[in-house]
Amino acid sequence: MCGLCGVLGAEDHWTDAAGSTRIFGNAGASRTRRQERLRRVAIGNKILAHYGLKLSDWQGSAYILRNRTGRQEIVHNLAALWPTAEALAGRRCDPLDPEVIAAMNRSG
Amino acid sequence: MASGDSKIPVNVITGFLGSGKTTLLRHLLASPRLANTAVLINEFGEVGLDHLLLERLDEETIVLQSGCVCCTIRSDLVTAVRDLFSRRELGVIPPFDRLAVETTGLADPAPIVFTFMADPVIRHHFRLGNTIATVDAINGLLHLDQNPESMKQILVADRIALTKTDICDTEQTAAIKARLGRLNPSAPLVETAGGDFDPEDLLAADLHDPARKAEEVRRWLSGAEALADPTGEAGHTHRRLDVNRHSARIHAFCVTHDRPLDWTAFGVWLTMLLNRHGENVLRVKGILNVLDAPTPVVIHGVQHLIHPPTHLDSWPDGDRRSRIVFIVRDLDRATLERSLAAFNCLAEAGSKAA
Repeated sequence: MCGLCGVLGAEDHWTDAAGSTRIFGNAGASRTRRQERLRRVAIGNKILAHYGLKLSDWQGSAYILRNRTGRQEIVHNLAALWPTAEALAGRRCDPLDPEVIAAMNRSG
Repeated sequence: MASGDSKIPVNVITGFLGSGKTTLLRHLLASPRLANTAVLINEFGEVGLDHLLLERLDEETIVLQSGCVCCTIRSDLVTAVRDLFSRRELGVIPPFDRLAVETTGLADPAPIVFTFMADPVIRHHFRLGNTIATVDAINGLLHLDQNPESMKQILVADRIALTKTDICDTEQTAAIKARLGRLNPSAPLVETAGGDFDPEDLLAADLHDPARKAEEVRRWLSGAEALADPTGEAGHTHRRLDVNRHSARIHAFCVTHDRPLDWTAFGVWLTMLLNRHGENVLRVKGILNVLDAPTPVVIHGVQHLIHPPTHLDSWPDGDRRSRIVFIVRDLDRATLERSLAAFNCLAEAGSKAA
């Protein structure tokens, strides 16, 4: 737990590379945990924009997901992000949806 | 916390009713290498097990909020394993160096695997070794056609023990072998009838054995490549494995990606895919060329569950591309490949912009 804000430390998730130099070498060493989180937010937002959602980092320990009506939810990792995104967007978030793939290709 | 190498390996032994799980376990426990193994079983079957450390499980489950079967905690297993471990630490029982869990014939092994990965106490002291599925050479095809449980057990397995080949004709044995090879091409098949087999073939070279994990990854890839379309008609970047379509619904294929993968984008993609299609992504195993990582990164998972990634010290062969073997139900290879490529491009565009 963080002594300042009282936030419980998040559990490690398999998607975390920062600090794992044994597995990711420079890819793990060159980014701090916070940089990796911000990058994850940036990439996530390119996809979430398709659903009218916006993700932001919260205190380096969680993420806040908002929809256009202002509803927001806290999520702790990527696995928890997608069910929450579907609930806030009111639709399925499917990476195999041809429309989503086309949108990704346009923004890429 | 125990380090990765000092954790106690756990072997889940699954297999359909009457397929020879207990007989296999009896043969394994007779080997000196496994004499120091604790065993948890679901039911006392007809084949008696005479073993020092044998305990029974009651099948109690806790369904987590997501409600899917694979993310179910087996509370009976948590209690039994924690209890075994504390008695081991207190010196009440001998310090076993391996744990074998025998499932019921109709059990889905995924919740057992999930329990070992999810429970905070258990995962710090135990690690998953190979999951072994027994298949009866005589009735195996029938079980596969009629029981979805049997299919799931084979797909989750890292090794398949083919039993009763000594009382089965060669034609029938060849047919079941061919079917199993198409179903789960990355799981080596060991004939175990009469106990005439080397336990190492079932237990060794799991992904957490630092000395042998490269061998295991090589096996995944060669199992997949053995079924690849020799014409390569799917294009220069991908291998077709759907020639092994064994039914209208479940098939295996290997996605190959030429360019280094951005790990962050890959994590976003795979978590999104598993959230929507986890029920249909039965297995995912692969070796990734991750951008800026000097060595290959290995991933593997069952349905929604992805194990923490590991790495190999060097590439198992001359091919430096990312190769991911998928066993899926009702999913299309080409769409999956397009989706992965689109997500990776997102990250590349972001890096250039930055």
